[in-house]
Amino acid sequence: MRYSGFKVIKEALTGHKGWTPAWREPEPKPHYDIVIIGGGGHGLSTAHYLSKVFGLRNVAVIEKGWIGGGNVGRNTTIIRSNYLLDGNEPFYEFSLKLWEGLEQDVNYNAMVSQRGIINLIHTDAQRDAFTRRGNAMILNGADAELLDAEQVRKEYPFLNFNDARFPIKGGLAQRRGGTVRHDAVAWGYARSADSHGVDIIQNCEVTGFRIENGKCLGVETSKGFIGAGKVGCAVAGNSGRVMGMAGMRLPIESHVLQAFVSEGLKPVLPGVITFGAGHFYVSQSDKGGLVFGGDIDGYNSYAQRGNLPVVEDVCEGGMALMPMIGRARLLRMWGGIMDMSMDGSPIIDRTGIDGLYFNGGWCYGGFKATPASGFCFAHLLAKDEPHPTATAYRFDRFRTGRMIDEKGMGNQPNLH
Amino acid sequence: MIIHHPLLGPRDSSEFVYLGDASLINRPDWQAEDATEAFYDYAYLRDNPAGEHRELWFHEGGDRSWLVVTRNTATHEISKVELARDVARAQGRSK
Repeated sequence: MRYSGFKVIKEALTGHKGWTPAWREPEPKPHYDIVIIGGGGHGLSTAHYLSKVFGLRNVAVIEKGWIGGGNVGRNTTIIRSNYLLDGNEPFYEFSLKLWEGLEQDVNYNAMVSQRGIINLIHTDAQRDAFTRRGNAMILNGADAELLDAEQVRKEYPFLNFNDARFPIKGGLAQRRGGTVRHDAVAWGYARSADSHGVDIIQNCEVTGFRIENGKCLGVETSKGFIGAGKVGCAVAGNSGRVMGMAGMRLPIESHVLQAFVSEGLKPVLPGVITFGAGHFYVSQSDKGGLVFGGDIDGYNSYAQRGNLPVVEDVCEGGMALMPMIGRARLLRMWGGIMDMSMDGSPIIDRTGIDGLYFNGGWCYGGFKATPASGFCFAHLLAKDEPHPTATAYRFDRFRTGRMIDEKGMGNQPNLH
Repeated sequence: MIIHHPLLGPRDSSEFVYLGDASLINRPDWQAEDATEAFYDYAYLRDNPAGEHRELWFHEGGDRSWLVVTRNTATHEISKVELARDVARAQGRSK
């Protein structure tokens, strides 16, 4: 069934009796060409592109809970492509271009809103760094615009420009950045993949891999063995756990990142802003809540909740940037588990086991990457060679010294 | 989280800086035949368990000692705290 304005009007006039479930609930078949572990944003977008772009229909996505219940359902919904390094920027720009066509592609309203993102500048050194970053973005076909303090003030007059410690000196704007309704991304990809024949199997937990003579033959699950020509793993914070079942140790630590939503307010924030002196980013959802977050808690965690010191730190960032936030009450806060890699950049690659592929290490920037991650992973699974924009995301870059370290922090995941 | 420092008693975790897996105190022998492989393993690969995890915390806002904390990563419950010095010495290091 195609969704359209015409369909909505027709259903409104006929008592909404024609709507059908957005996807089936199939039982697993004994064998698939490709099995994707993880029914989150990345797994579902992989299934969508595998079936729609690469024409592979005998595909299953298996998910231990319900789809979209992990990080795609718990993030700050920001999309952007303002990276510096060659290994990253073409990939994230590819992702932003896919976001721009996403809703037509999957026939689902994901509320992609290119309301713009501004990274604030507080020092001369930061202006130099952001100028360089903006130039790198433009060289890679993205858009970037350097703003002075007056230009920022025009758009965000309520920011704390004259803070004694962190005065706002300008900003790096990316007008094509913005926000997306995160749950709709998972649902849209799931519905599209399902309509192209992909089986989405929920409540089906992977309990092991069947590996013989260095080849992966399929996965053991709570619903029995499922054979597969190829297995792709896209399980974010659980990467270490799942790949551990295949005997692999990863260059990844799992950390908890908290995010927050205030009570609903009248429209105050036109776009996304990030504080350049601390770590704080904020936007306003269409329901009116201020959606904001900051740093990860900083210690290994699989508990989907964080601790108070980081809550305090994030709120201090918010108060320093826009003091009026102090009048808003906090409605919700939550924690998600991030697969923090050793250089802060992701991995989309084959593994040492034939037929087993890995997609992970997204740190806390996985949401904006969802479309390109799925496209590039589908490309790798379908053709056995990396997509041109994802050639740097290799496992062996740590061994060979070709790391993609945007922040220059070295091999300490909690600093990325 | 409250970390029970062996010398100073209960301290808030925000006084500490986190480094990572306690295996980081076992630096490989740089002269060994397999040093390249061993250092790759040491510097980049992690067990990353969901459950009991031995990890290094530095008491930066206190006595600047390194601790080996045994903590459950699924519940954040801390079951054991040792001085990293004692752990290393028990392994026969720095006698």
